[in-house]
Formats: sequence, C-alpha cells, structure tokens
Amino acid sequence: MAALLTAIGVTEIYRLGPSDAFRQGLWIVIGVAAFGATLFWLHRDYRVLERYKYVFGVTAIFLLLLPWAPGLGRTINGSRLWIHFGTLQFQPSELGKIALIVFLAAYLRERREVLAQGRLKDWGPLLVIWGIAMLALFVTNDLGSALLYYGIFVAMLYVATARLAFVAGAIGLFLVGAFAVSQGTPHVRDRVTNWLSPWSSHPIFCPLNRQMELRQNCQSFQQVQSLYSIGHGGFGGTGLGHGIFTGKTGTLVIPDLNTDFIYSALSQELGLVGVAALLLLYMAFVLRGFRIALAATDGFSKLLAAGLSFSFAFQTFVIVGGITRVIPLTGITLPFVSYGGSSVVANFLLVAGLLLISNRANRAGSDAGEAAVARPGAQSRPPGARAA
Amino acid sequence: MNKQLRHVSVFALVLLAVLIGSTTYWQMWAKADLAARKGNSVSLIERLTVDRGKILAADGTVLANNRKTRKHGLTIYTRHYPQNDLAPQVIGYATDAGTTTGLEQTLDDYLTGANTNLTNTFTQELDKLGGQTVHGDNVVLTLRPDIQRLAQDQLAGRCGAVVVLDTRTGAVVAMASSPTYNANLVNQRHGYTKIGQIRGSCGDASALQNNATLGLYPPGSTFKMVTAAAALDSGAYTPSSPFNDPGYCTEYGQRVSNAGNPDQNGPEAFGNVSLAQGFEHSINSVFCNVGMHIGGLKILDYAKRFGFYSPPPLETPPDTINASGLYKNGKLWTPTSNSQIDSGRLAFGQYNMLATPLQMALVGATIANKGVVPKPYLVQKVVAADGSTVTKTTPQTLGEAIKPQTAAELNQMMQLVVQGGTAASVGFPAGLKVAGKTGTAELGLGSVYDAWFVAFAPADNPRYVVAAVVAKQPNGFGASISAPIAKAILEKLLVR
Repeated sequence: MAALLTAIGVTEIYRLGPSDAFRQGLWIVIGVAAFGATLFWLHRDYRVLERYKYVFGVTAIFLLLLPWAPGLGRTINGSRLWIHFGTLQFQPSELGKIALIVFLAAYLRERREVLAQGRLKDWGPLLVIWGIAMLALFVTNDLGSALLYYGIFVAMLYVATARLAFVAGAIGLFLVGAFAVSQGTPHVRDRVTNWLSPWSSHPIFCPLNRQMELRQNCQSFQQVQSLYSIGHGGFGGTGLGHGIFTGKTGTLVIPDLNTDFIYSALSQELGLVGVAALLLLYMAFVLRGFRIALAATDGFSKLLAAGLSFSFAFQTFVIVGGITRVIPLTGITLPFVSYGGSSVVANFLLVAGLLLISNRANRAGSDAGEAAVARPGAQSRPPGARAA
Repeated sequence: MNKQLRHVSVFALVLLAVLIGSTTYWQMWAKADLAARKGNSVSLIERLTVDRGKILAADGTVLANNRKTRKHGLTIYTRHYPQNDLAPQVIGYATDAGTTTGLEQTLDDYLTGANTNLTNTFTQELDKLGGQTVHGDNVVLTLRPDIQRLAQDQLAGRCGAVVVLDTRTGAVVAMASSPTYNANLVNQRHGYTKIGQIRGSCGDASALQNNATLGLYPPGSTFKMVTAAAALDSGAYTPSSPFNDPGYCTEYGQRVSNAGNPDQNGPEAFGNVSLAQGFEHSINSVFCNVGMHIGGLKILDYAKRFGFYSPPPLETPPDTINASGLYKNGKLWTPTSNSQIDSGRLAFGQYNMLATPLQMALVGATIANKGVVPKPYLVQKVVAADGSTVTKTTPQTLGEAIKPQTAAELNQMMQLVVQGGTAASVGFPAGLKVAGKTGTAELGLGSVYDAWFVAFAPADNPRYVVAAVVAKQPNGFGASISAPIAKAILEKLLVR
C-alpha cells in the first residue's frame, strides 16, 4: 500500500518536474533504508523504546523548535519550518511527529490509570505538551504541524483514558489558545480569513506587493487557484500528463504544486474517480493500522499503533481538508505522495513501526493459537505484515 | 482500550470520508461556478489551447483565424484577424486575456467546440484524453467582404453606419460602422489606448461600438415610410388622397414648418398635392396632418409591427443591439394616449423618435418583401473541423407588418422619390430601378443634420435593401450625403 501511494506520488512529481522526481527517488531510497534499518534494529523487541520515552519527548520538542534556532532555520511562505544544511533542506517537524508518538505511547501507558482519575498534578506533562504546541505555533507559524501534533495528542489521550471530557477540554483549550495566537500573529489570522472568504469583491491591501489587490490575487491566491485546478478535473479528470499547471509564461499556476498542493494536481489529472480511489486507499491503510492496534497485546503497542495510524489519517485530513476548504489551509505534506524528503523518511519509519507491532502481535497470536489448539478465531485475522 | 481504539478509528475514517465529500463538492457541484470565475487561470489557459474555429465571410474569405505558438511545452492559439479593420464591431474579438465581444462572444461555444453535436463532443473528449488539440467549429457568415469593404470606404472619416440586407432572406450582406478599428490591436500592447484615440468627424463616437445596431439616430423623413404605411394600411388614406400644403401645418395652435428650400428664403410650399406627392417630395406638413388625423398611437402601433420597441433579433450580443422607438431621458418610452405624443412631429420622424440603421433597413426590407418582416441573421452555417455541418440557418420571418397591397403602394411611392422627388439628383443608372426614401434629421444643432437614405433594388423584384446614415453633417442632406453611399453599394451588387 505504501509502495502504491509512493508510486502515485513519484509519478505525479515526475510529471510536474522530472528533476524533483529524481531527488524524491533518492529520498525514497533513504526512506526504505531507514525502514529496513529500523526493522533490523528493533526486530527483537521494539518495546525497548518505551524505556527512552523522555529522550523521544525531548527530541520531539527539539525537532519542532529547531527551525527557530538562529542560523539553521529558513522562513518559507511566512512559516519557519525548514532547516538547512548547505543545500539540503529538511523539515524536522515530520520526524518530530514520530518521536512525539513514541513518547506519548510510553508516557500514557504508564500514567493512564492515574490520568483517568483526573488529578491535577498528573496533568503537568500534558499541559507542557499543549504549551509547547502553542509555542511552536507562535514562533514557527506552523499551524499545520501544531494542529497535527495536538490532534495526535488528543486522540492518544482518549485511547489511553477513555475520558471524553479530556477530549472536550483539550479541544476547548486548543481553540482558546489558537484564537489568542491568531490575534497576535497576522499569519494565522490571514489563514482563517482566506478560509472563510477566499474571494473578495473589493481590492484590499496586499502585503506581497504593497498594492491594493483582490484577495484571490494575493493572500488566497494559492487556495483559489488550487480550487480552480480541482474543479477543472471534474469527474474523470484530464488524464495524467494533460492537466494545466503552467501559465503562458511557463510559471506554475499554483506555487508549491508538488508538495503541499499535490492533491490539487492529482485532482485535476485523475478527476474525482482517481482521488476518491486515492482517499479510499488512505482509508484502507488507516483501517489496517487500527487493526494492528486492536490485535496488539500490550498497552504500549496499542497506543503506538493507534498514534501512528491516527497521525497518518489526520495529516491527510489537515492538508486535503485545507485544500478543499473544510478547514483553514495549512501547509503540510500529503503522506507518501507529496514531494519532500523528511516526509518520505518519516512515513517509512511510521510503516516500519506498524510492521513491528503487527509482527509482534502475530507472534503473540500464533503462540496463543498453539496453546489453544482448536481456536479458529485466532487465525482468522490475516497476517498483519500485509497491512502496510 | 479496544473500545476507544474503535472510536478513534471510526473518527479517522470519517475524517477521510469528509475529504471525499468535499472533493466531490468542488469537482461536481461547484465545477461550473469555478470555471466561470474571473481569474481562473486554468480555464483561461485551457481556452488558449483550443484551436478556436475560423470565422469566414460568405465567399470563404477568412475574417478570423489563429496564430499558433509553442511556449513552455504549451501550444497556444492567439486570435488573428487577416482583414484587419473589416467589420470588427460585428465579428468582435477574442483576447489572450479571455475577453470576447461581438460574434466571438455569442458564438464562443461553437468556436471553442463546446457546443456541437454528439459525435463531435465524443471525438473531442477522446482528443482531450489523448492530449490532442481541440478544434473548434468554423463559422460562415452572410457578410460579403467586397460590399462590406465598399460600405466602410464610403463611410471613412465620418461617423455613421450602413446596413445591407438580402430582402428575401434577411441575411446581412454588410454591416459597417464608422469609425472603425483594427481588431488585431486588442492583443497588442497599448492596443486599447490606440483604439480609444480613434475619432470620427463627429468626435465622440467609440470605434468599438456597432453603430448599425446600437447607434440611435432620429430617423427624420425616412420614418415617413412607417407613417405612410400606417396611413395606407389602416384604410384612412390612399396614395391619391388630396392635401393642401401652405408650407406648414398647425399643431397645438402653432405652425410646424416644412423643411427650408435652399433656393428660397423660408420653408417650401407645394400647394395642392396627393399623399404620394407628399411622400415624393417629403413634405412635412402633409405628414404632420396625417399624424394628427390618425394619431401617434396608431403610428407607433405600425412601428412596432416593423420591429420597433424591441431589439431586432441578431446573433451579436444583446447589449450591442438597441430597440428603436420613442426615447425619454435616455430610456425607451411607451406612451399610453395620443395626448401624450406630439403626433404631428412624430409623423415625419422628429420628436423623440430614435431608430437604429438596422431597424430602418428592416422597414425598407419589409416594404420590398411585400409586407413581411424578414428576420435578420449574420451566421449562415457552422461547420465542424472535419467539414460536417453543425447547424445551418434557414431564413425566417418576423410576421406580416402590412398588407401586400400597402407594400406595393409604398414601393411605388418610393420609386417616385428616386425618379422625380428628393433623391432625383442621385443619378442611379438607367437600367436599375430603385425605390428609396431620404431623411435629413434635425438635431437641434442648427444646420447640422443626420443624413439618411433607405433604398432597395431592383424595385420590381427587390433583392437588396441598403440603409445608410451619416451623423452630424453640416448642411448635409440625405440625398447628397447618404444616397450616394447606397448608390455605390446597389450598383456593385446589381450592375455588372
């Protein structure tokens, strides 16, 4: 499944720019290598990770805030979420995501009973996470990653504690925090305005060229052009290779087409039929992920698998939902499909994690099967290795 | 924990399902709305990649085609007008920026191949999938480039319009508007500014405007065709009905004088005349009395039968066609009683009456066509890129305006105008029997007039009607300014 998604991604990236596809190919090789290395390294028992939970927690925060570090970070499109080593650029929040999930899985397994009681002092570390997400949002302007991190946090908290009140409280806190931040940062406020009314009938001040422009020609240009691209695809699409992405002057109609906006490129060329199939593929992937979580025998594995699967679904939702105006547009990558090295590597690591959990659950399952010889139920589930 | 896991997994799947829903919304429901939005660069570029259909004149002369350029892996078609300034107000233009006017606008669906028959749609969809260029349909017009060019040359340097119709079918043979412009300018830098600087003798006319269908001019004495039609058709008068002309008629207790005679000081007086003679010499007092007798509403009723009060149906955009009729404060005005109308002045085409050259051509065509109003049309046929006919126009009529008997009497009276009346000095060739009516409309600007001439020929078996108007001519009379234009055109059409 991961291979199929990757293939779709590379094909579209190649169509949009062959040189990018080559670099993406390199990243995929690195991703697969990381995938293999992870499997090899942790094939005996990945649960050793649980012991190093605070290492992962600190790593997650470190990676999230890294672009803020002077000299490393680079501001692109008003957001500071890239770091540069020479010519290589890297988006550390993608890897931070995996680290955060590992940390949360370990932390929540240990504290889930305590947390469920709702004593105030046990909330400390979680409030810290919330605070950091807000801080990250504030300093890096990366609304997408903040939303993603926080969504993962809330989902895993719910799985661990079964308390809907926490979820409601957490969402409430996020909205309050996000509102406060948006008042302070024009970047975030703009995103919300662009989401609610991308088309303006009167010219408004455009900070990009310091002139009066219609909003669709300035702030919401990407969003609107991307919608035009999606609309043009219609039911059947234009066919691969026949979409219109370049203007008369040869410039791309939609900037960032092969990263954040690859979905609008796919929508135009493959049409509703194609992208609906793509989304169904994502759904199947997520479903397999949760099946692994259900099959896992220990709390850490369950939480880890759930976190990884949910992050996958939620990331897809945040970017595609942003593009199709379900939520404000935030720039993050479409898992496996978008162009972007860090994203590819992170997603291969995610699959590696799910495979390890599945493998262990299977072994536990077959052990149980051998123990109780005539229990057909234990074997009815297909081997988890096929899931990814 | 498994219960929560199921909840979260369902939630995650719902999130993804929402995405399918939202994508469906944009690709199906909102598709047309998005495509129609201004600034949609995708549709704009798609337009430019279509090999837009040619626009051809009746004889096959190419009026509009494309220039193909390949840039950045994209084949782009830019509109080109080989005949430059020939009938640009009718054909319109299509710019690289996606603006269309004239027939380029109204025939856009044919020209871009969006609106064709089923087989074509099918092949086009296949072309699109195969990445091949979509070829639009070619449009063949009724315009004859030689006549169009002649009409434009005749108007050159002045403001006005000429309409030439086939009286039997309503086909527009020529539709000239002056001042004119080169349609290729619109895709050039500062092209619009250059067009904006074009001025005719009348000063304020825009070259982009189609004076033939949009220009409203007081019809002056050419409107006597309508008044005479009302007088004869209603049975109130015959061509030999007697009148006495003292040089004026009395309306509202005051004198409404005839037009001045250049040889005399003051208005011309004819004494005892018939209605036919009144028409022949365009005697205002005769028509003033007819108008007061039958009433303005009756005249307007006949005007409506000729097509006044509604824009003539033509393929050009509706906002480029004006309805003729009484205008008050810049708006079409429909009076409800005779007391509201200055019937005497209306009868000879003054007062608030305004008419387009196309409308006056239709009046002439109706008289030539034995009382039946032909439906004017510009598009002869639409032909697909593979040569198959998509649509073909069959001539239609807009109903009978007057009885054939009335039309025949008017035809005779109009022949008198050319033989010994106001247009006798024009000098039509001996072999060509022409029926016509002059018009010299006062504008309230002293001795500056709008000069009209409406004529059809051959009078016994009419083929073509010409309506010509030249605006704001100092001491310019219909007979001296506009009749020679009609003469040149009718000679070219009918005399070999």
